[in-house]
Amino acid sequence: MSAGPKPSRGLFAAVLGASAATAAIFALSPARPRAIPVGRSGQERNRGGSPEDRNHLGHPAQARQPNTEHGDRTTPSKRIIAGYGFWIFLLSDIIMFAAFFAAYAVLSDRTAGGPSGKDLFDLGNTGIETGCLLLSSFTCGLASLGLRAKNARWFYGAMAATFVLGAAFIGLELREFWSMIAAGAGPDRSAFLSAFFALVGLHGIHVTAGLLWLLTMVAQVWAKGYRADISRRVMCFTLFWHALDIVWVALFTVVYLMGVQG
Amino acid sequence: MSDASERHDTDTAPGDRDGEGIGTYVAGFALAVLLTAVSFLVTRTTLVWQPSIPVALFVLAIAQMGVHLVFFLHINTGPDGANNILALAFGVLIVFLLIGGSLWIMSHLNQNMPSMERVMQMQR
Repeated sequence: MSAGPKPSRGLFAAVLGASAATAAIFALSPARPRAIPVGRSGQERNRGGSPEDRNHLGHPAQARQPNTEHGDRTTPSKRIIAGYGFWIFLLSDIIMFAAFFAAYAVLSDRTAGGPSGKDLFDLGNTGIETGCLLLSSFTCGLASLGLRAKNARWFYGAMAATFVLGAAFIGLELREFWSMIAAGAGPDRSAFLSAFFALVGLHGIHVTAGLLWLLTMVAQVWAKGYRADISRRVMCFTLFWHALDIVWVALFTVVYLMGVQG
Repeated sequence: MSDASERHDTDTAPGDRDGEGIGTYVAGFALAVLLTAVSFLVTRTTLVWQPSIPVALFVLAIAQMGVHLVFFLHINTGPDGANNILALAFGVLIVFLLIGGSLWIMSHLNQNMPSMERVMQMQR
């Protein structure tokens, strides 16, 4: 990926490149190439040993022969490397969230005489936020199916729904933050509130970045069409968005539901 | 996979949907909504023994994360997903060490520290 045909595509390409390089090291088991579902892939262009891929770095010419367990040096397809590398990145991101969760768990009863979660949290608001994010995760999956089917109305419609639901989530979260700060329960009030704003805010920043990424992906599909490389980027975006929903499940359970337990 | 016997050693990327359609997402969404609703209901219920509620919430949250992993991220235990599963297992190990270790160490520190009143007296 880092030595791909178009290396400079902004920050996410850099992240992808770094993580996919890790993936290339770790992806040890031999793999056979497979047709990439969307767009014209590099392997279709290079099939038959074209001169620009003499060593079959993309995909081997003898694709239909069965693999042996050892000694086959074929490289997995780019889609697999990119997806696996991005999966490694997501796990690292989840480990970063775990550090914030650990800080919150240690500090959750250090209220310094200030308000606790029982006084502050409104489960109705949290429920609506959860519904928004869960539904947006669902529509995000629909968008990836629409991309695979090359159905423009399906893809753009599902992406638009994902964006609206994600933006609604961010709006509800910001409103909650402002009402808490206005009530004197800002992040400077107690260690508990510092940890709360750090953890929930970190997730909110991730969702905001995901919204920007979503717009970028829609623009790229609109401008460049259903190409294999664009399809890989959309795949990484959907993985990111689903992972944010997983973090939110842990977050609403630990912070909100257990917070109101007191 | 029609020729599954031939491609027994293929890798799949997480999120790769090979022969999976809208049904997977609908099933995952239904399960996730169900588990979320039960979580929110359990929080408010007075029907069960109250100290069991945090345990129930933990179990429901872990179940829902599993649903998301399987139905949305398409992480599976088939021979195709071995690398993804290994990476996930390592990530889960680190997360448990990080959170569990922090809680363990900090609770012991709290036990071994002198109380704030004694610290104040010592400073005088």
